[in-house]
Amino acid sequence: MNAREEVLARLRAARDAGAPRDGVPPTPRDYRRTGTLAPGSAEVVDRLAETLTDYKATVHRVADEDEVSAAVAGVLEDAGVTTFVAPPGLPARWLGEVTARVRPDEPPLSVARLDEVDAVVTGAAVAIADTGTFVLDASAPDQGRRAISLVPDHHVCVVRAADVVSSVPEALARLDPSRPLTFVSGPSATSDIELDRVEGVHGPRRLDVVLVGPM
Amino acid sequence: MTTDLGMPTTAPDGVGFLRGTESFPVAAHRALADTQLRRNLGHATRTIRGKRARVVAEVPDWEELRRAGEAIKADTMARLPELLEQLEEAVTARGGVVHWARDASEANAVVASLVRGTGADEVVKVKSIATQEIGLNEALAEQGIAATETDLAELIVQLSDDRPSHFLVPAIHRNRSEIRDIFLRALPGVDPDLTDEPRRLAMAARAHLRRKFLSARVGISGANFAAADTGTISVVESEGNGRMCLTLPDTLITVMGVEKVVPRWSDMEVFLQLLPRSSTAERMNPYTSTWSGVTPGDGPQAFHLVLLDNGRSNVLASPEGRAALHCIRCSACLNVCPVYERAGGHAYGSVYPGPIGAVLSPQLTGISGPDDPNASLPYASSLCGACFDACPVRIDIPNLLVQQRAASIASHRTPTAQDVAMRTVAAAMVSPARFRAAERVLGLGRFAGRSGRIRFLPYPGSQWTSARDLPAPPAETFRQWWKRTRGSQS
Ligand code: SF4
Repeated sequence: MNAREEVLARLRAARDAGAPRDGVPPTPRDYRRTGTLAPGSAEVVDRLAETLTDYKATVHRVADEDEVSAAVAGVLEDAGVTTFVAPPGLPARWLGEVTARVRPDEPPLSVARLDEVDAVVTGAAVAIADTGTFVLDASAPDQGRRAISLVPDHHVCVVRAADVVSSVPEALARLDPSRPLTFVSGPSATSDIELDRVEGVHGPRRLDVVLVGPM
Repeated sequence: MTTDLGMPTTAPDGVGFLRGTESFPVAAHRALADTQLRRNLGHATRTIRGKRARVVAEVPDWEELRRAGEAIKADTMARLPELLEQLEEAVTARGGVVHWARDASEANAVVASLVRGTGADEVVKVKSIATQEIGLNEALAEQGIAATETDLAELIVQLSDDRPSHFLVPAIHRNRSEIRDIFLRALPGVDPDLTDEPRRLAMAARAHLRRKFLSARVGISGANFAAADTGTISVVESEGNGRMCLTLPDTLITVMGVEKVVPRWSDMEVFLQLLPRSSTAERMNPYTSTWSGVTPGDGPQAFHLVLLDNGRSNVLASPEGRAALHCIRCSACLNVCPVYERAGGHAYGSVYPGPIGAVLSPQLTGISGPDDPNASLPYASSLCGACFDACPVRIDIPNLLVQQRAASIASHRTPTAQDVAMRTVAAAMVSPARFRAAERVLGLGRFAGRSGRIRFLPYPGSQWTSARDLPAPPAETFRQWWKRTRGSQS
């Protein structure tokens, strides 16, 4: 028997030898599958702003997409950013007022190049208000391959109200598991020293979120 | 030891870290004398217990989620071989390569040959208890391959030539000034003025590892979950070292215990709520990465998934014991356990410490006899029940401990295929009345209140509970105790 056949044979024997006498009950799904706040509502965006802030992201609220570019420009200027990377499909209007130099990831930048830029600006696929999370889909044109939102030390993420949901189940239902996904909740952190949270380790140490939508 | 082909099998001896060299009472007794260790553990576990209670209270359907998590895991175990085949198919369809490993040595050999095949002699690793279990770093070193641990606590453990003592924070037994001293001693090029401020310590690790990340050709990870229907693997982490290892290298090798498969991607909606709040006591951990196979133009272009048995089939063969495979390694049961808090993770010998380790390790290795250190693990508990209350997938650890005590007495040999067959018969004979009778015979009971203060433990636990106030009693050895109690059983 090769390893595959043998491991499977062992597990089949064990599955039967250890089968519970009364069988396995069906999985109860009576937990909440929709959140308390309506997707895209002013309330759910408010809650997201709170939970993001709890985990040390800096939140910038704007009323509509016309105001994004001023907000992004302000964040980059504030942080003294001179160059930043952007995924190939980032909406050009988000960068209209930005003075820092953009390096489009097209053709893909080398890791060494990514290490030289000061920041990255992306969109997001969905955001979860209950947990202060946004999710990056590496196959989405405004989010880009995973390395670009990882290597630069400062991440600016633009989240649209329409993509904000209340709960984890609602978010997963909107995501495609065949694509590489990154769930981000605050800047990188560690609890490894005395189980106390310290922000900023290997991932971007600074995280700004521009929240677009009803206020 | 002879094994029957295709029958459930325990993890072989001599490779990996599923067994210490001395029994729990002996190791715990020494740990109790270490006041620094007790202070470090007490401080860390107190901090996390309070935070966890707050974020769990925020979730109105916490109990419903726990029940769903429990049921998904039970369902997984009932069709584990089928789900693994489905996972293999999904991963393969998306460009990954699936390997199977009967035991630690086989998994180590598979990984070593994959690394050699890339020509690399260095790998970066994300924290993975499965690779600690099989002693992968040691096996790679023998082949001239240097493995760098990139999780902060793992790095601390590696630099100080230590062993992990906690799932989430392998260096939980170290405080900030000890960590500073380790860094000053072992971190190349570290600032000699390094203080013990956690932020400065984290930055020192960042500086040390960054070059390695940016140039790494091979990454090695574990897996928190793997969805059978879509072939999607998940790694849950905080620091971003996981993202680095999963994204930047050309080749990614993931070593995963077979029990980590879940039936559906949509099941992640349950576990992504249960795990972070139970583990780091956050609403969500900073980063969770998910991927399936290979994505052209993004991340590693070669992906290998190594599926590991190493004793898991033996655990699965036990109708009661298999619940130990439901564990999602959140470490909540460690943090609430009064025995863990005082004895520390090293006393358990195995890479799986705490209440869950006490029931998992002996089942993975089997118990070879009275001198087997793992035979004493099920006694490393006061049966206070705090671990069950904290467990996000409702593993009834106190019940498993009692069963393992009986098993450690009854099965003085490594289980054979015959034993496995007998178990189905034995399971049918268990009734509540029998159980209570067994409990009385074994002298068990609930010895500590929910306050978590242990007053006394039955022998051999008494040997160390008493150490706090009294000199150790001149008592019989564990071996003598084994003989006596086993004698009274037969
Ligand atoms: S047994 Fe339960 S509480 Fe303990 S680590 Fe595993 S999942 Fe967490």
